[in-house]
Amino acid sequence: MKLPTRRPAWSAHAALIPMGTTVLVAYIAGILWTVRISFTSSKMLPKSDWVGLKQYEVLFASDRWATDMVNVALFGVTFITGAMVLGFLLAVFIDQKVRFEGVFRTLYLFSYSLSFVATGVIWQWMFNPTLGIQQSLRSWGWENARFDWITSQDMAIYCVVIAVLWHSAGLVMAILLAGLRGVDEEIAKAAQIEGIPRWRYYLSIVLPQMGASLGTCLVLLAVAVIKVFDAVVAMTNGGPGDATDVPTKFIMDNLFERQNIGLASAASTTMLITVLIIIAPLMYARSRSEKNA
Amino acid sequence: MSNVSLQALSISYGKTPILSHLDLEIQGGEFVVLLGPSGCGKSTLLHGIAGLIDVTGGRISIAGQDVTWADPKDRGIGMVFQSYALYPTMTVERNLSFGLRISGLDITEVKKRVAHVAEMLQLTGLLHRKPAQLSGGQRQRVAIGRALVRDVKVFLLDEPLSNLDAKLRAELRRELKQLHQNLGATMIHVTHDQIEALTLATRICVMNKGVIQQFDTPEVVYSHPANRFVASFLGSPSMNFIEGHLQIQDRQVFFESSVLRMDVSHYAFKVPPSSNQGCSLGIRAEHLFPAAESTAPQMETELLLVEPMGAHQIVWLQSNDVSLAMQTEPQMALSVGEKIGIALQAQKISLFDPSSQNRL
Amino acid sequence: MSTDIPSMLSPRPSVQWFTPGRIGIYVFLISAALFFLLPLYVMGVTSIKPMVEIREGNIFQFPLAMTFEPWAQAWSSACTGLQCNGISVGFINSVQILLPSLVLSIFLGSINGYALAFWKVRWGHWAFSVLMLGAFIPYQVMMYPLVRMFAWADIFQSITNIVLVHTIFGMPIMTLLFKNYYGGLPPELFKAARIDGGGFWRIYFQLMVPMSLPIFVVATIMQTTGIWNDFILGLIFAGREHYPMTVQLNNIINSTQGEKIYNVNMAATLLTSLVPLAVYFVSGRWFVRGIAAGAVKG
Repeated sequence: MKLPTRRPAWSAHAALIPMGTTVLVAYIAGILWTVRISFTSSKMLPKSDWVGLKQYEVLFASDRWATDMVNVALFGVTFITGAMVLGFLLAVFIDQKVRFEGVFRTLYLFSYSLSFVATGVIWQWMFNPTLGIQQSLRSWGWENARFDWITSQDMAIYCVVIAVLWHSAGLVMAILLAGLRGVDEEIAKAAQIEGIPRWRYYLSIVLPQMGASLGTCLVLLAVAVIKVFDAVVAMTNGGPGDATDVPTKFIMDNLFERQNIGLASAASTTMLITVLIIIAPLMYARSRSEKNA
Repeated sequence: MSNVSLQALSISYGKTPILSHLDLEIQGGEFVVLLGPSGCGKSTLLHGIAGLIDVTGGRISIAGQDVTWADPKDRGIGMVFQSYALYPTMTVERNLSFGLRISGLDITEVKKRVAHVAEMLQLTGLLHRKPAQLSGGQRQRVAIGRALVRDVKVFLLDEPLSNLDAKLRAELRRELKQLHQNLGATMIHVTHDQIEALTLATRICVMNKGVIQQFDTPEVVYSHPANRFVASFLGSPSMNFIEGHLQIQDRQVFFESSVLRMDVSHYAFKVPPSSNQGCSLGIRAEHLFPAAESTAPQMETELLLVEPMGAHQIVWLQSNDVSLAMQTEPQMALSVGEKIGIALQAQKISLFDPSSQNRL
Repeated sequence: MSTDIPSMLSPRPSVQWFTPGRIGIYVFLISAALFFLLPLYVMGVTSIKPMVEIREGNIFQFPLAMTFEPWAQAWSSACTGLQCNGISVGFINSVQILLPSLVLSIFLGSINGYALAFWKVRWGHWAFSVLMLGAFIPYQVMMYPLVRMFAWADIFQSITNIVLVHTIFGMPIMTLLFKNYYGGLPPELFKAARIDGGGFWRIYFQLMVPMSLPIFVVATIMQTTGIWNDFILGLIFAGREHYPMTVQLNNIINSTQGEKIYNVNMAATLLTSLVPLAVYFVSGRWFVRGIAAGAVKG
């Protein structure tokens, strides 16, 4: 008996046209166009000449760009470490069968629902030397208390770290708590029977099993670090000087205010490559482990 | 030796009492099975003995020591869980030695013990594998090994065979029994599977709704159930019951019902029976048989259904409104609707009081 | 307790509930809670304090002369750049941006997820992979080309523009959300519907949508929070007349000359945050489900 040939599902193809268009036009064409511009001398309007790697030379010679890279790296390391540690501790402590667990969880996560702009504004206010925390400490008796980090070239970036940490630590807690609870309950009992102390149980038995959740958090936090913009603009606008300037702001400033599209595109392309270098192996490892699972 | 003694033990979950004033004495070296349906309190009892849940009253003693408030690790117990609860990211060797290392034991002693146990349980070649690479039987042995290396006095097993398919379950059941014979340790095993209980136990503790129904050897529990619950819980198919009453005539005791009248004078009554006393008669399927041609049948029945079981068959009969199951040889030819006269082995009956459900 | 002879039974050792361990746990958890709550408290308190008290510089002090004037000002007369009509303008804009964006991004996300999960469209999986990669890339990389494209289509800096932008950038996570959900349903369901004669759209509207209401809720929560809180896309693509609340907020805070009116600023911040906070507190478990679903992409 001859089997009927399969008619291609035209409706499905048609339904996916918006996605296809988006991918083709917005993502692929958009990225390629940006890369193309980075090889031109475009200033305010795009030109279609070819200047090779000149924009990149300007970029890497730029003091501001160098500072930005340092800032984002510093920010990234401190923020990710802080968020992972705090989130993990919060998850572990909450998992200890505490009363009011729901209340605590709600409190730790609400800041994640706020915008980065609001976050930046709040902490700008808290860090204000004349009217914020420093002044409060002084009015309580510590006359020489100093907490003017936000005005300091070296320390301002850590103010941004604290603000974004406050915003996103709850996310880490939520993800890790779910991971914690995926561990077989009977293993905890077995460890209890063997007399293994609680902290050792978390360190040696639970943590190794949480690879997936930890990896997820790491990726999400890394993405947040790369994309950080709103919080910086709202809180310090890159200042003092360039102390809290970040690559995304560099690009935005050059695109719209300084009207140097060529340079901005070179910076964008650099960021793109950096992201791909970091993300590609992660994605590859993930798809490998999914295949094995 | 390593006996376990529970006195007036009470355990509650929040405000709900699960066990109330429970007494249980387990001798060293016994394999005691806590048997009962879901929610009967057997797991709660085991977890209470282990120290994983707090008791609300009473006392627990292990090997003569009062451990009611002791930490699980100080009770001299080992526990095997339904999922075996092996540490998934550690090798077998690590799984066995982890607890010992933590407790500060000298490393040479640790290695010695691990090697000894591994040999005893035939795990020596598997020491470098992770749990995911082991078979069900191997995992069970590692779970037991974890307790063995700590030189425990009592093994607690929380339904370790329940998650397995029938074939593996039978295999691991045999391994468990063999292990008990080799070690001679005290084992307390929780299950809802009565076959498991009958095979493994030296004594079965049948539980229902937090109360011990009977605590005796498998033979006694099977042949002389203390009440109707125990009678119907053990044995497959369930014991047959016929409702009726007792009649005393000329110093003989008779059981009378709509389908059967028989002499039960030989029965070992706990309390002398009285006339017109209500009575439920219980008889197992294997103790019913088609009446021989020469003798008069005790019951007239009609055949409803035949269930072939391979080594035997179960024949479902109906007499008036009483349903009965009878076990016969597989070769016996029978047809639905056939009228069969059957008889019972008089020595094998159990009589119960209809209101209290207890054995008469 | 037990009514048995007391001497026979073990006495319970003194209450072990308050061990140093337990106390330590609660200390840590409460300290953390304070860390998270303090800024919110400061914000709230500052927003109802008169400027006189604010200048004294104790941000933790509860106002002695409480006033809601800053809230009124923030809402209707604060200066967002050249105009001084308060942040209420931004509120309306944000709503105008949010609703169509929600509908479009979620609808497309669910169609994509459904098509990818059940139908054979080979190029679809390639497109999806690119989409997923795109989720990691900062907006700036595609920003200029998008600006040019929308300018060429003559819709640059309009509501239409910003709605399309939110749809474009929301597509990866929305598609992933629905694809995972539909992928987790039993495939027999779909096959049975096909055998019953259902086509692409009929199955979608009559079977899939009713079955996936929970995930629509999760998607709505995620997109509402994300779109309402967005700053950079609204800044570039919405146009001056349609600036969302977050952009207006930044203008109020950071472009005032002279002394900053802190209480109005804080009131404005709270006003901007009301919607996402409300969504958070009302949605509870659903919010966390959204996080879990988004976490799967990692």
